[in-house]
Amino acid sequence: MKIVVCVSHVPDTATRINVSGDGKNIDSTGVTYIVNPYDEFAIEEALKHKEKSGGETYVVSLGGDANKETIKKALAMGIDNGILLKDDSYRDSLSVAKALAAEIKSIGADLVFFGKQSVDYDSSAVGQLTAELLGMPLISVVVALSVEGSKVTAEREIEGGKEVIETTLPCVITTQKGLNEPRYASLKGIMAAKKKIIEEKPALAVANYVELLQMKRPPAKESGKIVGTDVSAVPELVRLLREEAKVI
Amino acid sequence: MSKVLVFLEQRNGIIKKASFEAARVAADIAGKTGSEVEAVCIGDEIESLEKAGNFSVPAVTHIKNKDFANYSSSAYASALAEHAQGASATVVVFANTSMAKEFAPLVAAKLDAGLAMDATAYQVDSTSFIVTRPVYAGKALIDVKITSPVKVLTLRPNVFNPGEPSGLKAAVTVKEVTKADLRSKVIETKKAEGKLDVAEADKIVSGGRGLKGPEHFTLIEELAEELGAAVGASRAVVDAGWRSHSEQVGQTGKTVSPNLYIAVAISGAIQHLAGMRSSKYIVAINKDKDAPIFQVADYGIVGDAFEIVPELIKEIKKIK
Repeated sequence: MKIVVCVSHVPDTATRINVSGDGKNIDSTGVTYIVNPYDEFAIEEALKHKEKSGGETYVVSLGGDANKETIKKALAMGIDNGILLKDDSYRDSLSVAKALAAEIKSIGADLVFFGKQSVDYDSSAVGQLTAELLGMPLISVVVALSVEGSKVTAEREIEGGKEVIETTLPCVITTQKGLNEPRYASLKGIMAAKKKIIEEKPALAVANYVELLQMKRPPAKESGKIVGTDVSAVPELVRLLREEAKVI
Repeated sequence: MSKVLVFLEQRNGIIKKASFEAARVAADIAGKTGSEVEAVCIGDEIESLEKAGNFSVPAVTHIKNKDFANYSSSAYASALAEHAQGASATVVVFANTSMAKEFAPLVAAKLDAGLAMDATAYQVDSTSFIVTRPVYAGKALIDVKITSPVKVLTLRPNVFNPGEPSGLKAAVTVKEVTKADLRSKVIETKKAEGKLDVAEADKIVSGGRGLKGPEHFTLIEELAEELGAAVGASRAVVDAGWRSHSEQVGQTGKTVSPNLYIAVAISGAIQHLAGMRSSKYIVAINKDKDAPIFQVADYGIVGDAFEIVPELIKEIKKIK
């Protein structure tokens, strides 16, 4: 059994975002980068699956040299092999998926995990696109998962509830908070990760269908008014919501 | 003539409101690109498909099979992509719901189409197709140009106005298909009983750590009930285990844009603000006058939530 986890390297969610000089990216000065939070659930689930059923685990990331930090974190948590698909330039979701799918195919994966979305571009699309390019079924936004033999049962979050879905291996799963509690890397894990070699290769070159024209700040919201500083302000608040905003 | 398709999402045979917003946008895009617009719905028995006519879509194709009654990502994606190819569609539009988030990218991959998810604005004519979408949970926006011959677009719910229903009826064509690609299928749907979801709600009341304990969320629930609002929560209270993650609003929870967002005892961490700042009206109730939440609030009361909220419930009861 070969298990692949795809991860992205993203700015910490506590980061204030400023647009860079060329107006096409964020200004990375002083920005801390982390493993995409949803990908941590993907890494943990891959490790749990290996502990239960055996197999070999791979972490794959597409991006620049900085992504090695995130790959190392996954290796320290216990993933066996790290692969960096190198490309520093902008890519749309489909071109990322095409490069990942080519690599996953060459590994010959049975089970592929993604975080349900990366908290930078927020498209929530690369896992699904990759699944389709691999011809594998997909279950996204998964909060509970069981794999028995080749039978896969998962619960995914939808508006106001959950869906229980069945499929078979090989398949692609995208993970949501609630699926598991990601482990911390142990000291032993960190030492072992230092000895692991990250395989680097150029990402498959493919054309973008979606061109990035510009990045901009959202329109600034004007600060509103303080209606009052104690409970006596409540009737006025209700009047404003009713007559000015017309929302109640 | 090229074709713009819009996917109408049904659950239990009923079309979602966000799909009508998407229908209006699809009709507008068709008008601006000199194309025809057609709605597509996948399911078994579906009510009132002719209503799409209300939103400037004169024709609806109902792709029908008894196995389509419940959603299946593989079956829906195959059926829709096949129909899009048969109709030589150049644009396929969806509302960005849980369902579309999952299977719109599958359709895009099948059609080798450029994809833009969760759009909040667009600028389209016969030569250029530009879409604006939030990134970094709304801390920034990007303008992207889709250059491929076929384009797939999903729209953030509650952003585009579906407009007044015109009263016109769409012509419905039923297309029976014999096979369904059921590699993945829903075997059960678990409803969270009587709960409105923050992602779909028109009003949200959220509570934060200032409430001091999970037991005090009854205040939030009561206010939400009075308003017909969904209950939301900050990351701090979800991480503390007071509330379920499905209620979390913010960068690692849900990004929401209701008409009314009431933040109670939430200070407004940057990742929370990112998830709710596009709400139409924001009310903040917080003890700390310097809390960042007041910077995005339309109306604020500086004060103790335990005094303000009960009074607010009382006042709202009065006007009902």
